[in-house]
Amino acid sequence: MSPAQPAGSRPAAVFTVTFDGLPIAASPGQTVAAALWTAGVTAWRGTRGGGRPRGVFCGIGVCFDCLVTVNGRPNQRACLVPLRPGDVIRTQEGTGHEDG
Amino acid sequence: MAERTRLAVVGAGPAGLAGALAAAARGVRVTLVDAAEQAGGQFFRRPAEAFAARRPPAPHPREHTWERLRDALDRYRAAGTVTHLTEHHVWCVERLPASRGFAVHALCGPAQEEGVTVRADAVLLATGGYERVLPFPGWTLPGVVTAGGAQAVLKGQLVLPGRTVVVAGTGPLLLPVAAGLAEAGARVAALVESAGPRALLRRAPALAGQPGKVAEGVHYAARLLRYGVRPLARHTVVEAHGADRLEAVTVAALDRGGRLAPGTARRVRCDALAVGHGLLPHTDLAETLGCALSGTDVRVDTEQRTDVPGVWAAGETTGVGGADLALAEGHIAGRSIAARLRGTAPDPRAWAVADRARTRLRAFAAALDAVYAPPSDWVDRMTDDTTVCRCEEVGAGRVREAVGALGAGDARSVKLLTRAGMGWCQGRMCGPAVAGLTGCPLTPGRRPFARPVPLGVLAGLPEPRPD
Amino acid sequence: MRLTCDVVVVGAGAVGAACALYAARAGLDVCVVDRGQVAGGTTGAGEGNLLVSDKAPGPELELALLSAGLWAGLADELGPAVEYEPKGGLVVAKTPGELSALHGLAERQRAAGVAAVRVGPRELAELEPHLSPGLAGGVLHPQDAQVMPALAAAHVIRASGARLHTGSNVTGVLRGRSGAVRGVRTARGDIHAPAVVNAAGTWGGELAALAGTHLPVLPRRGFVLVTEPLPRMVRHKVYAADYVADVASDSAALRTSPVVEGTSAGPVLIGASRERIGFDRALSLPAVRALAAGAIGLFPFLEPVRALRTYAGFRPYLPDHLPAIGPDPRVPGLLHACGHEGAGIGLATGTGRLIAQALTGEATELDLGPFRPDRFGAPGTSPATRGGQTP
Repeated sequence: MSPAQPAGSRPAAVFTVTFDGLPIAASPGQTVAAALWTAGVTAWRGTRGGGRPRGVFCGIGVCFDCLVTVNGRPNQRACLVPLRPGDVIRTQEGTGHEDG
Repeated sequence: MAERTRLAVVGAGPAGLAGALAAAARGVRVTLVDAAEQAGGQFFRRPAEAFAARRPPAPHPREHTWERLRDALDRYRAAGTVTHLTEHHVWCVERLPASRGFAVHALCGPAQEEGVTVRADAVLLATGGYERVLPFPGWTLPGVVTAGGAQAVLKGQLVLPGRTVVVAGTGPLLLPVAAGLAEAGARVAALVESAGPRALLRRAPALAGQPGKVAEGVHYAARLLRYGVRPLARHTVVEAHGADRLEAVTVAALDRGGRLAPGTARRVRCDALAVGHGLLPHTDLAETLGCALSGTDVRVDTEQRTDVPGVWAAGETTGVGGADLALAEGHIAGRSIAARLRGTAPDPRAWAVADRARTRLRAFAAALDAVYAPPSDWVDRMTDDTTVCRCEEVGAGRVREAVGALGAGDARSVKLLTRAGMGWCQGRMCGPAVAGLTGCPLTPGRRPFARPVPLGVLAGLPEPRPD
Repeated sequence: MRLTCDVVVVGAGAVGAACALYAARAGLDVCVVDRGQVAGGTTGAGEGNLLVSDKAPGPELELALLSAGLWAGLADELGPAVEYEPKGGLVVAKTPGELSALHGLAERQRAAGVAAVRVGPRELAELEPHLSPGLAGGVLHPQDAQVMPALAAAHVIRASGARLHTGSNVTGVLRGRSGAVRGVRTARGDIHAPAVVNAAGTWGGELAALAGTHLPVLPRRGFVLVTEPLPRMVRHKVYAADYVADVASDSAALRTSPVVEGTSAGPVLIGASRERIGFDRALSLPAVRALAAGAIGLFPFLEPVRALRTYAGFRPYLPDHLPAIGPDPRVPGLLHACGHEGAGIGLATGTGRLIAQALTGEATELDLGPFRPDRFGAPGTSPATRGGQTP
């Protein structure tokens, strides 16, 4: 059962975004983190020091663990950023910035 | 720069809403500035608007309160008394020189790259709180989320952190989180609470003063029972296991002294762990304004005024106490502001009901704090390689070394010598652990920027005008 | 607590640490006391600059050159923990007029033993690929370096073997009948010693007063902006030529000139604002606004980069912008090592070496005359003339 059922949510128009080049489904109002969780993805960042996998931790924009690259912009909080059709999400490594 | 308003309210949770509405009802023009897409804060978080959900994924205990607040907000917005700025992330409130009021600086836009400034004569800080999580080995694995975070993503996005969830830690939030997850379709493999029933009994008199709140807890426990979930009191999660994501946790019993009971550890398979150890107030904006703090809380008087003229504070930011306390404090603040902006002293008898509720609920919160104290040996259970600072990947061992060998003696010197607290979250997540390892009380860090600010936004700040 | 040692160093910042190290290496038994924590004052609120480039020929430059050599040696000894980086400083000029003034300064610095290499616009782009185009040119100073100041202070104190007492506020300077120093009184007890070194930074004036003498140390506030972690986009310490004029300025008003540098930990540090407004730590948005604008002017890529935090530090300065180093002839046994303004990390090692030499009665490597602590006279009398180090 999906939590959308008890909430009585109507299936909204679904669109596609990509995560590391693969298409995943998303809907209006959905955040990057929610779409990735729904697609079974729990980690989308490798830490700067140890390259360790990270995903959502605090879920409310405080911890910055869920940083991700969206449409080429690094260090966006996946738990806050709403998706739009065609968004390109990429796993972020290191600082997220291209090397100097 | 946006036009000048009489009152800027930062935060549209229970305290901010109550304050904005009480002030607006008395004719004050209010600008309500909030980071979320919809009003309500964490407590009244609703599914995203575009989901067109008819109700929250699990029954909300204060649905009627929410409807009342929402309807009033809609009315004042329609009348133009309240302007509601959504998705505005306030990074600084600036006190302008020569009594020219305040400038509330926010970021908006999808990547929060646009700067917006709201001018106001008075400010109500209702910035809420965030969750305290005490580190343990494995807590950085994907799949480990904060209890409040699991609830927020469920309420707002209608998704679950996993199929099989362990809810753990301490505090009154764990029951509703577990109930909500179960009702939304997750299998709650265990609800692990480190406090024991004895602690509850010891505080029985203070708790009995709020029979409604106690009944709320009983109600959640009963809802959980329907899903076969029985809370494990005086237990704790010792370690989270998994290679690249969470696969299981080790749960063990605590003895009466709060130490691990030998031979009680067992492994529970799960793909999500929702963990929390109570809440901490957001005090950055207040601290930068120069407001006095008391411990980790913004200090306020009986009118919810801080010691900086023109700045009020209400809700969790003045001490964590829950939504009902936040509503009472916000209401008092709003009425005080309306009177003070007219240049009159308010009559406290006008808010006697809210005042009594505030007194009762603060006593109740203090009793809960004592009941839900973290287990006594949590600091020792952090192994040297347990990550403390998640941003800068600083282990407990390095903090211990800074304290033991390099002479660090407080959070700031630990930060300077280890980088713990220098990263993206600016020490919000590691603060309690660093304080525990250093052996000093948790003090709020100094964060002049409550959120990261693009340099371009700083460079484009409005020039001070001599008006 | 009742302790006895050969010398008490008051202040656990970079200068106090270096004094402790060289005194201990000269065979003295040293105690370091600080009312706060290691690196809790100006040291913990600075960038860790070890600069020769911003100093005109004169006693401060000589001290900077002595210190630079000592830092390099210490960095070898202490290893990567102190994050020493001999990255070099790059001073850039926007206009031909600025550039010729900069070249003039470089010429005089070279005569004083500073390595200073003229750099044309094309070489600027090679040295710093992300630098704004259209600059007139610059000067490269290979001797400029950086340490992580708090780590440096902590590791130098540890290497000294000195006994460290943090959280110990000095409430009095003990003096004998002859007036000579006999130690310090702290909230936790007395520490007896025949010599006390005032390395109390911004509070150096207060410590001098406790010893019954006068040293007019004043705070000058500076903000630093710290960005999100970045790959190495800024390779040198890069600053605009007008920084040198600001450093030496006597103005009380806010002055900012962009100083931008990368760090091995990732964040870019942006300075440097200077204001004389006492010990007010409150955030000044006009100051950080000017810092951000100046940094973007030098490095346009910084515009969308986010600042994670900002902090204020108080640089201790004396009226002629030279530090006070050496024995105080008015109070036997009292030595001063404070008032280094924004250059205290860089000048710490040389200062420590000179203090150790003074303590042991050796001939000092540099003439202490320009740094005499009694050069300002008693309060109320007219201060000595400026030290003449202004370019």
